[in-house]
Amino acid sequence: MKLTINGKTVELDAEPDMPLLWALRDMLGLRGTKYACGMGVCGSCTVHLDGEAVRSCQLTLEGAAEGEITTIEGLSEDGSHPLQVAWREHNVPQCGYCQPGQIMSASALLAANAAPSDTEINNMMAGNLCRCGTYPRIRAAIKSTFANAAAAPEDEQ
Amino acid sequence: MNIVSKLSRRRFLQLTGISASGLVLGGILPAGGSLAGILDRPAGKELNIFVSVTPDGTVEIIAHRSEMGTGIRTGLPQVVADEMEADWHRVKVIQALANTEYGSQNTDGSRSVRDFYTVMRQMGAVAKHMLEQAAADTWDVEISECVARNHAVHHLNSNRHLGFGELAQRAARLETPEPESAVLKSADDFRYIGSSIPIVDLEDITLGKAVYGTDVHLPDMLYASIERSPWLQGKIASYDAAEAKKVKGVLDVVELKAEPGPPGFNPIEGVAVIATNTFSAQRGREKLSINWSESAHSEHNSSDYLDELAGRVKGGPGKVRRERGEVDAALAEAETVVEASYRTPYLAHASMEPPVATARVEGDRCEVWAPTQGPQATQREVARALKLEIENVTVHVTLLGGAFGRKSKPDFSIEAARLAAHVGKPVQVLWTREDDIRHDYFHACSAQYYKAGLDHEGTVTAWLAREAAPPIPATFDPGVTMMSSGGLSQGFANVPFVTPNLRMESHEAPAHVRIGWLRSVYNIPYAFGVGSFVDELAHAAGKDPAEFWLELIGRDRLLDFSDEGFDYSNYGRSLADFPYDTARTKGVLRKLVDSIPWGEILPSGQGWGLSVAHSFLSDVAVASKVEVKDGRLKVLELHGVIDAGRVVNPDRVHAQMEGGMIFGMSLALNGEITFAEGKTGQFNFHNYPIARMDQTPAIIRSHITPSTAAPSGVGEPPTPPVAPSIANAVFAATGKRIRELPLGKHFDV
Repeated sequence: MKLTINGKTVELDAEPDMPLLWALRDMLGLRGTKYACGMGVCGSCTVHLDGEAVRSCQLTLEGAAEGEITTIEGLSEDGSHPLQVAWREHNVPQCGYCQPGQIMSASALLAANAAPSDTEINNMMAGNLCRCGTYPRIRAAIKSTFANAAAAPEDEQ
Repeated sequence: MNIVSKLSRRRFLQLTGISASGLVLGGILPAGGSLAGILDRPAGKELNIFVSVTPDGTVEIIAHRSEMGTGIRTGLPQVVADEMEADWHRVKVIQALANTEYGSQNTDGSRSVRDFYTVMRQMGAVAKHMLEQAAADTWDVEISECVARNHAVHHLNSNRHLGFGELAQRAARLETPEPESAVLKSADDFRYIGSSIPIVDLEDITLGKAVYGTDVHLPDMLYASIERSPWLQGKIASYDAAEAKKVKGVLDVVELKAEPGPPGFNPIEGVAVIATNTFSAQRGREKLSINWSESAHSEHNSSDYLDELAGRVKGGPGKVRRERGEVDAALAEAETVVEASYRTPYLAHASMEPPVATARVEGDRCEVWAPTQGPQATQREVARALKLEIENVTVHVTLLGGAFGRKSKPDFSIEAARLAAHVGKPVQVLWTREDDIRHDYFHACSAQYYKAGLDHEGTVTAWLAREAAPPIPATFDPGVTMMSSGGLSQGFANVPFVTPNLRMESHEAPAHVRIGWLRSVYNIPYAFGVGSFVDELAHAAGKDPAEFWLELIGRDRLLDFSDEGFDYSNYGRSLADFPYDTARTKGVLRKLVDSIPWGEILPSGQGWGLSVAHSFLSDVAVASKVEVKDGRLKVLELHGVIDAGRVVNPDRVHAQMEGGMIFGMSLALNGEITFAEGKTGQFNFHNYPIARMDQTPAIIRSHITPSTAAPSGVGEPPTPPVAPSIANAVFAATGKRIRELPLGKHFDV
């Protein structure tokens, strides 16, 4: 199997129906992508396939080979993605386990819709579970990435 | 008074697995023994924590508690850093290995700060004193002229100063000072205590670099997935592994027999498939064919069981656990008598990271890497299971991807160790989500019955309460069938009411599943029963529920239940150190009511509800605003006030309040594990839902009561008052009283 992950081409000796999650974690050492449900209902394993948020526990290697994969490790070179910065500014994580998946879902959301409404944020992020209950801060962090930008013109008035 | 002593580098290495240089201090508890004895550890001395200063000026502070999301890996080190005048930016936090010399490392019971706050301060103060002494010796001046400030010692009578790093080696050669010389700072001088320092793992988490139990990777590591008995104490009658062994990547299939005796911390009997990767192990496991023997629990049906408990508590008197006055006579004379029954279901922990452990066995030594709340229990039980000397078992504590009590149990580490010993290579055992939910140490279900009398002024004159719930000790001794005093101390028998006539009773509830402890434990059912019934009484009395609570709690006083036949546990601490002060309980309630538009006129279908609970030595009051429309229940707002004494890191306390309230909302709306024929009816997040973002109210507010009292619990106390506050709000919104959780059985949520 040949895959493009975080801009690099990698070759794997694995079954084509293996979920991408296990190839990332067990074979490629990209362990920022987390297992938590194995049936696509919690979002912890979220990665991007051609920029769209997908659950890597449900995406086979065969499917993953059809596009470019980005994982949390490839979201930015140095943790400078606006959402990573916002996550730190809002002290979002508690245990932190689900947060890579949260950030990957939120970054795909913002790439498609730079200023989503509260309802759109809720709906898009409803598939990413957090047992610690960091949702209020996730919302605040997401909104800060565009609220700041939107506020700028007003400041100039 | 705690005392502190120097540690040798050899001891430092034993405790952390890291070589140290420079000054290394260890704290020992309690006082009264010889300081010189630390290296051969006289009986009764427990090591708690240590600090080291390296010659390059890095202050290394050991975190001996497990980080599961509360921020404790940051909170306790910031206390040490403050007292020793270390610059936080030059502090490195090192996670401790399991070692009984720390005293308890069992990170549960919301007790890390309350048990170690003073120890940490003394540790920092002694370190500071030794650095000041080293500077005094260097300059040949009196120590009184030397003051440590922000990572350096300054000479008051000259411009001289020396950095901590420059002083480290000289300080390390000093005798440890008498504990009296460890003068603690005045609270006015705190630099970090009371400050919202970001958690030390924050950046790694946002980069995906933080290492949890699932992320441990060793050379030549193999992966195991285990099919376990579907009901408690089932045995393998027969199994066929032929198909499993044909799966690519599968290397071995291993029977894991359960040890005889009670469930305890022992692994459940199962068949393990070992493979070169997780996917192959799980796929191979799906191809196993296993027949399980029946057990005393393979017919367990939770619905019938709860009906039985409910019948028992309503049906008649149980064992009296606390009694004041003459309840029966007062009930007979009451103007109004109100009675109600409540029930709450089993719950599963469902931390996002399921149980997972990695083990390597070489000769007579074993190393374990696990996201464990109980490093020492893991060390002890792995040693026992493998018949190794306890000091030959090394336990590395990773970050925990949530825990909530589940990861106090070392069963998953024992599985990994047994398999690693069997195959002779490192093995990681990862529980699937299905494993996690089906084979949890479940939160107990509960049935409660309440009956109260009111006089003509609507004042409560009698309070009768009965409960039945499977007790946690039954997991370790099935002969235990009734709640302990410690269990009843979690909000059932220790209600803070002035009512002249009170009686609390327990009924038997034999356990049919492994009962464990989940965030706030028995406070969950008891706060729901008590918090709902008080609201019912308020409505029966025609009074405002907040006013009614205050009246029921009565005058300011310190509670002591000893003359009413009740052995109140106070979470293992003395009432002298941590008094149960009704003024503080009323204080959070008053602050709560002041912070919300309590009493406002709302549109039809909306309502406010509140409740208050004293747990883990803290007081929390919570108010919920809900809307019920077309059978759909939505929580619109959650507000909470906590009095947890002095707070080390306000931002993390707010985070626990936010998360703890959402955890409480989650169990109130969604949480239920059922059993039929001994098996759970739920097995993943689609049928055991936890709160999602779109269920989470837009408005969540947390308030911290300013206090200089001793720090008390934070991780668990936010949860208990939430469910009753929501149920009370539902009543206010609809007139419908829901006496059974989860609310999702009665409304769309």
